[in-house]
Parts: sequence; structure tokens; C-alpha cells
Amino acid sequence: MTIVTAPKKACVVNPLKMSQPIGGAFAFLGLRGAMPLLHGSQGCTSFGLTLFVRHFKEAVPLQTTAMSEVATVLGGYENVEQSILNIYNRAKPEIIGICSTGVTETNGDDVDAYIKLIRDRHPQLAKFPLVYVSTPDFKDAFQDGWEKTVARLVEVLVEPPAVETERDPARVNVLPGCHLTPGDLDELRTILEDFGLKPSFLPDLAGSLDGHIPDDFTPTTIGGIGVDDVVSMGRAGWTIAIGAQMRRAAETMQAKAGVPFRLFERLCGLIPNDQFIAFLNEISGRPIPLKYRRQRGQLADAMLDAHFHIAGRRLAIGAEPDLLFDVSSMLHEMGAQIAAAVTTTQSPVLEHVKTNEVLIGDLEDLEELAKARACDLLITHSHGRQAAARLNVPFYRAGFPMFDRIGAGHQLSVGYRGTRDLIFDIANLMIADREENHQPTPDTWRSPMPACRSGRHSFIDAPERSIA
Amino acid sequence: MSSLSAAIQDVFNEPGCAKNANKSEAERKKGCTKQLQPGSAAGGCAFDGAKIALQPFTDVAHLVHGPIACEGNSWDNRGAASSGASIWRTGFTTDMNETDIVFGGEKRLYHAIREIVEKYNPTAIFVYQTCVPAMIGDDINAVCKAASQKFGKPVIPINSPGFVGPKSLGSKLAGEALLEHVIGTEEPDHTTPYDINLIGEYNLSGELWQVKPLFDELGIRILSCISGDGKYREVASSHRARAAMMVCSKAMINVARKMEERYGIPFFEGSFYGIQDSSDSLREIARLLVERGAPEDLIERTEAVIAREEARVWAAIEPYKPRFSGKRALLITGGVKSWSVVAALQEAGLELIGTSVKKSTKEDKERIKERMGQDAHMIEDMKPREMYKMLKDAKADIMLSGGKSQFVALKAAMPWLDINQERYHAYMGYVGMVKLVEEIDKALFNPMWEQLRRSAPWDDTANNRQLKAIAQTDALAAEIAADPALADTTRRAKKICFCKEVNLGTIEDAIRSHGLTSIEAVRRHTDAVGGCCKRRIEDILVAMPVSSPPAMLQAAE
Repeated sequence: MTIVTAPKKACVVNPLKMSQPIGGAFAFLGLRGAMPLLHGSQGCTSFGLTLFVRHFKEAVPLQTTAMSEVATVLGGYENVEQSILNIYNRAKPEIIGICSTGVTETNGDDVDAYIKLIRDRHPQLAKFPLVYVSTPDFKDAFQDGWEKTVARLVEVLVEPPAVETERDPARVNVLPGCHLTPGDLDELRTILEDFGLKPSFLPDLAGSLDGHIPDDFTPTTIGGIGVDDVVSMGRAGWTIAIGAQMRRAAETMQAKAGVPFRLFERLCGLIPNDQFIAFLNEISGRPIPLKYRRQRGQLADAMLDAHFHIAGRRLAIGAEPDLLFDVSSMLHEMGAQIAAAVTTTQSPVLEHVKTNEVLIGDLEDLEELAKARACDLLITHSHGRQAAARLNVPFYRAGFPMFDRIGAGHQLSVGYRGTRDLIFDIANLMIADREENHQPTPDTWRSPMPACRSGRHSFIDAPERSIA
Repeated sequence: MSSLSAAIQDVFNEPGCAKNANKSEAERKKGCTKQLQPGSAAGGCAFDGAKIALQPFTDVAHLVHGPIACEGNSWDNRGAASSGASIWRTGFTTDMNETDIVFGGEKRLYHAIREIVEKYNPTAIFVYQTCVPAMIGDDINAVCKAASQKFGKPVIPINSPGFVGPKSLGSKLAGEALLEHVIGTEEPDHTTPYDINLIGEYNLSGELWQVKPLFDELGIRILSCISGDGKYREVASSHRARAAMMVCSKAMINVARKMEERYGIPFFEGSFYGIQDSSDSLREIARLLVERGAPEDLIERTEAVIAREEARVWAAIEPYKPRFSGKRALLITGGVKSWSVVAALQEAGLELIGTSVKKSTKEDKERIKERMGQDAHMIEDMKPREMYKMLKDAKADIMLSGGKSQFVALKAAMPWLDINQERYHAYMGYVGMVKLVEEIDKALFNPMWEQLRRSAPWDDTANNRQLKAIAQTDALAAEIAADPALADTTRRAKKICFCKEVNLGTIEDAIRSHGLTSIEAVRRHTDAVGGCCKRRIEDILVAMPVSSPPAMLQAAE
């Protein structure tokens, strides 16, 4: 079993973690006509907004209660009330999702009570969907904010089906973790539909942040799952949760509406997808479409072609727990060693990561470990770019944020096809790295003399690397 | 906290700001920023502003004291460039947790400073206060003072927690911190009569280096740049400069003015965006330096450089001017740099249809008026929907703005150019102007736009006759609704008798002037046949107001 440790340093250097409220806001972005609202000072929103915009290259709705120093001292009721009214009147949203921040949590604002009072005072809001999640910045991480928000959406919005209503066995709820991209969700949608199933994604970022061009300008999200669709999720035959972070939401769904769930901790890799496809075959009662039999073959072949480049690689990975577990397991299954693993927050999956120790830490930790353990593949989000340059190792960007490359919203990791493409991308990085940094020289294999060593790697592993 | 509110009051009292000088005492106390509107606010906080202003100091470790959000969500996101040190791009934060909130974060902050000194040993450490530690009363000034003494290294408190106000206030508070703790604390190795300070220049995309070669050529030394590609020692000894230029509008006016007050360094407000502005700024620098004792030939040499550079840049821009003629640009920046960019775009031959002035001072607005004429369309606070409409209706051909509003333009399939801090290209000085023009040209004339504006063949409105007809009718109806005179003309133009082409107006006039009451009468007074149009004429006769007394008219006849 893997040990999970937290370093005892006072100063976080090069943060890997992002804050919980924007993870919460991210979940609200997967709802149609939504306006996420951070209850805090305007910087809390502005930083999050900039991150989302730079990652997706999309307009992103995100508002702030704009707490001033004085408002913070006096309590934020008026700011919350004004914000909700302003958004309600101007943006005409279908739902407002509110996340607290460090400022308002330190102050102890009771937003649930505020909302009750606001509904009483403004009858037009009596039935309007206002969903509040408590997400202090000084606790937990991005992924936790997402997890809490989705669970909360299920808790507040999903209605238990009336006794006489029949479940629709073809309807499937999909609860994706925040490590899946809009591209991943579209891939899953296609797969489920190919089995004759009717999936509803909560949240559905593919509807809102997939990069489509709307006909008109809207101040709220331009797609995603509608509130009415969430309400009726209780009538589905099954819930599929992806990533351990979604267990809470799936359990809430089951408790509230009696929908059974199956949790897939991973959807990247051959075996996880075999299990997934077999499950769909089972619940749909439909034969497995030829397309997926072929895709399975293609993935197997991709693994054959790529294992020369991936096997033996020493991976340093920094990611939120579910993404870390998913991608590192896939690479481990192809012969890579997980030499350094750093994550942001606690999670049950960390114990199953195929390494000795997972550190809850920052990118400084990851860089130091990668250097000490001679890692030769770095996977983390875009903030790892400085470390990658110093380490001079192949760098694959995964996770959020990815602001220095385009197409973040369409990077795939799920399904046979997604895994296949991911494997190709990573293997190609290795090939390029060998061409650029590890060409053999007359001195490559010479007896060890410090002066003869070239580059970063030791002379011993050089010949191994020149296969293929 | 009391020292912070004092600093804020001090900043609000800025006498160098013309806008401020015109205010009453009470107004001034309220500060120079409008109250933020909860639920419809945009833009960064004071902490953000302080970080923007100071992070370009390259050999300084920037430590953010607060929960993860403040640094974790924002680090390494500026396009400033460094000629050497890279420590400024490293993200340092205390990542305060619940325990710190309960017991106070001062200890953690102190340890964090020690760790940075031990591991990275930077020239100096800037410690940024944020909302949460400000609320729980962490005294960063005291911690910084203690750490400074203990480690023998400048540890500078930057007291600008997010909730005290917007970005612009934060930049000024950052300036206050420099004035209080940094400027004047060291002496330069040597001085020359050609030493200047640049204040408020952040070296985004390395744009300072578009101008620096000209300074080098003239022998002008940038003693200190606050803060682009800045070095701690240079700023600490910047009080020995002979003159200063305030580059980025009013963001750090307090620094410029107080340095003039304390050290007698005269300053002017200038810009290197645009040809005319670049030349004016060079001239002004030369003039101030000569006034302060530099050899007089500097002026002549400067004029020679200006003449050469201007000739060069005009020649380079000339081919674009005809291409840009009639092209209209919408400029949406934070407003700070509006007037200088306005000048630049006009020199390239673009017509400006509007510019934002949300954060501009009164003086900035005056300058814009000067540039764009009295009827300049100054946009105080344009909603994205309005921007979108302006572009969609093709009232503008290109939008220049910061990253956050880019999709408003792009999703309307209109060209857009980034002119804020995240941009890739440098647009300063004469070379920068040419680059800007090139980029605008590339954006405007990309053949892609034409394809993108086409609909998919299956919902191509242009070729769908029915939709086209509906659209035309709608457009006409809208026009008519807007103009009563046009509405009446249109109404009267309606054909009643198709055989002889008699319209409603003619028949109405005949009925009114002759007091007609029957179809027979109408037929006699007009060309209307009264056959197939019999019913229509009957309807008119019924609908005509009886108020025109036919008897009287007939009598008059």
C-alpha cells in the first residue's frame, strides 16, 4: 500500500494546488444558463476567471459579491442579496451557484441563512434555483470543490421519482470528475449513445466549454445540462460515476432517488475500458458495436508500438488525485515506473497508486524528487513548464490549468480511442526527446570519467535508451 | 491595519492627480474608485494590482501570505520579461490552512521567509498581505522587520489586501511600499548626468527592450525601471536619478511625485506607444536631463535619432495606410493606456469608433478628446453584450482589448488583438509600432474570417429565400417602427387598386378633400376602378375619420 505524506514546510513553492471555490465554480459551469458567484473579494473571482479563460480560450461567466473591507467586517448579507438580484435581473440565468471563499468563511457568513432571507424578501426568487456550497480557500483543493458542488447539486435539485413513475432503463446519469475534459465527455456520450443509452451528464462541460460558437451573446453559460434535466435524473436506470471524487455525488443520488450506481475510478487504459464497455453491454442489453471491438484492437496495437518508448521511463507526476491515479496507472501498466508522485489533497485512490509514496505537496517537491530520482518524464499542468525546462525532460501537460498550449478542452484520456491517442502523444514526446537530447556520441559508452559525461543522464542507462 | 488605512488615505490624497485636486475634502476621503457593484463587477483586487506592479522585479522572491487562492490561482501568469534572474517567476505562498486562521499565520510567515532565504537566497523578499491574514490581524510589518534583521536581507511588507479596493489602488499601495521601504536605501555604484528612472513600465513581452537601444545610443542610462526587468538594488538607489518618466499613465503617480518631492527628481508623464508619443517622450527626457545639468548636445543628438527613427517607421507603415483606410477599431482596455494606444492606432490610419475610459483619469480623458475629437465615443463601462452587438453589426472591424473580453470579438467572427499583459507581442517605441500595424493587418485581412462568417450550407440564410424574405420584412418593420414619418409614407404607399395602381394615400386624400362617402364617388375622383378593389375601398370609407365634415369641404368647393 502506498504511503501518503504531507511535507512539513511553511512555504509552498510553485503551487500545484488551486483553490476549492474555483473548483466549485467549475462544476457550476457545466450547467445551462448558469452564473457561478464567488462570495469574496473581487480578486477571488478575477484570478479564477483568468485561469478558466486561459485554459479553455472561452468566455467564462463568473461573478463576485465584491466584498470590501467594510462589508467583510459588517457581514456579507447585503452583498449576497445585491449580487443575486443583479445577476437575476441582468443576466437572466437559469441557476445561480454560490461558492464561499476564505474571506467570507473566516468571517463566518451564514450564506444558507442569507439565501433563506433573500427568498423571503424577494418572492420572485422563492423558487429560483440558488445553490450554495461552502468552499473555504484555506481547506482542501480544486477537486474537493468540484466534488462538494456536484454532490450538493444532486442533493438540492434532483427530485425523487414519484412512486408510480417507471424508471427509464435507457437513461443513464453520468457524474464525471473534474479531471475529464469536454472532449472526454463527448467521447463518453458517443459511446453511451452507441449502446442505445440516453446519458445525462452532471456537470456537462462539453455543452458549455467545448468551444462552439453561439448565435448570440449570453452572459451566462451557453450550454450544459439544464436544471430541469438535473431534476429528473432521479428517473434514470443507472448512475455512472467517473473518478473516486464522484462517489459522494453518486451516493447522494442513490440515497435520494434510489438510482443504483457504478463507480469507475479510471477510464484511461485497456482494462478499465474493457470493464466499462462490458458494463454498458450489460445494462443496455445491446451487443458491443463493431466500432469498439476495432478500437480495442487499435489501443492494443498502440500499446505494442509505444511500449518501447514508455517502458522503463521514470515518471514524475503532479496532479489532483483522480487524474494522478488514472494516468499514472495507465503508464505503469505499460512498464513505466512511477518514481515521483505529488498531489493536492487526500483521496482514497492515492493508496492504490503504483508507487511507494504519494506526497501532498507542490511543484518544488515534484521537481526535487524528479531530480533526485532521475525521472525522465514529467506530467503535470502548465505550471510545470519552468520545472520541465530546468530538468530538461519530456513534459506532457495534463490537468488544469493548461494555459500555454491550445486545445486543452479537447485533450482525450477516456475510452479506447482516448487512451490510444494519449499513448501516442506521450510516446512521441519520448522519441523527440531522444532525437534532441540523447543522440549517441563517441563518448556515450566510455568508462566513467566525470569530464566525459554529457548531458543529464548517466552513462549506464544510455544504451538502453537507444533501442527502437 | 491603521497604517494601511493611513496609506490608503494618503494615496487618495494624491495632489499630483488633477482629478483628485478638483474634489471636495469629503469626496477625496471616499477615494478615487467607484463602489463596486456586487454581482456585476469585473477586474482584479488590490492585491492583484500590487502584484502586477511589483512582480516584474526579477531578483526578488515574491511571497504571498494567504490561503492558496491568492497565489495558487494566479502565479506565473504575467508576460513580463527578465534579462537575468528568474526567481520572480517562482510562486511562493504560505498556503494558510485552518489552523493558521485560528492561531494566526505570523509564525508560518516567518518560517516561510526563512525557508526562502535558506533555499533560494534572493536579493530581497517582498511579502504580500492578503484579505484573510489582514482579517485575523497578522502583522506582516512586524514579521518582515524581524525577519529582515534576523536574516540581514531586505524583507519588504506590501500591504495591499484584496478587499481594500481595485487593482489601481493596489498598484499605488505597492508604490507606497517602495517609497517607504526600498527607494533611497542604497547608493548606486556611480552616477552619470544621463540617469533616468522609468516608473510604471513593466516590460511586458520585453517591450522595454524595443526602446532601450535608443537610450543606449544616446548614452541615457536607465538607472532604475519600476518595475520591468527591475532589480532590487537599482530601485533602492533610484533616488539618484536626474529625471523620471512615468510610463503607464497614473498607476504609480504617487511614486513619481513623492520622488520629485523628496529627491528633487522632475518627472513627466509619457508613453512609448505610437510614433508621436515616442518622439515626445524622448524629447522630454532629453530636455529634463539637460535642465538637470547634462551636456546640451543631448538635445541635438536626440533630435537626430528621432528624425531617423521617424523616417524609418513612417516608411515601414506607409504601405499599410491605404489598407487601413476606412477600417474602424474598438479599443477596450482597462482604460489606463487608452490615450496612448489611441494615438498609435490613428497614426496607422485606423478610425477609432470608441475607447474605454473606465479606469482613465480626467486628464486621460482630456487627452483622448484631444486625439479623437470632441465627440469621441468614450465608453465608461461597456457590457460584453454591447461589445458583441457592436462587432456583430459590423460597426467595428477589429477590437483591441485584454484577454478577458477577447471572445466577445472572436465569437462574433471579428478580428481581435490582445493589447494587455498576457499578449505575446511587444508594441513599444518605433519598432513596436510597426509590429502593432503588422499584427492588425494580419488580423484584419486574414482570409479565414470570410469562411467563418459563412453559415453551414444546410442553414445558410443567404441562400434560403424564405428566411431572407422574413429577415427583410423584419428589418423593414423595425425601421418603420422607429420613424413615424416613414411609417406613414409606407402606410400610404399601400396599393389599393392594382389594376390602375392607385395607392391608399391618393384615395384617402380624395376622400378627405372632397368628403366622399361612396365607392362611386371615389371612382369619379380617382383612377381607382372599384371592381376587384371594391371591398378595400369600402373598408377605407368606413375607417376614415368622420371628423372632417364633408359638408363644409363641399361647400368650400
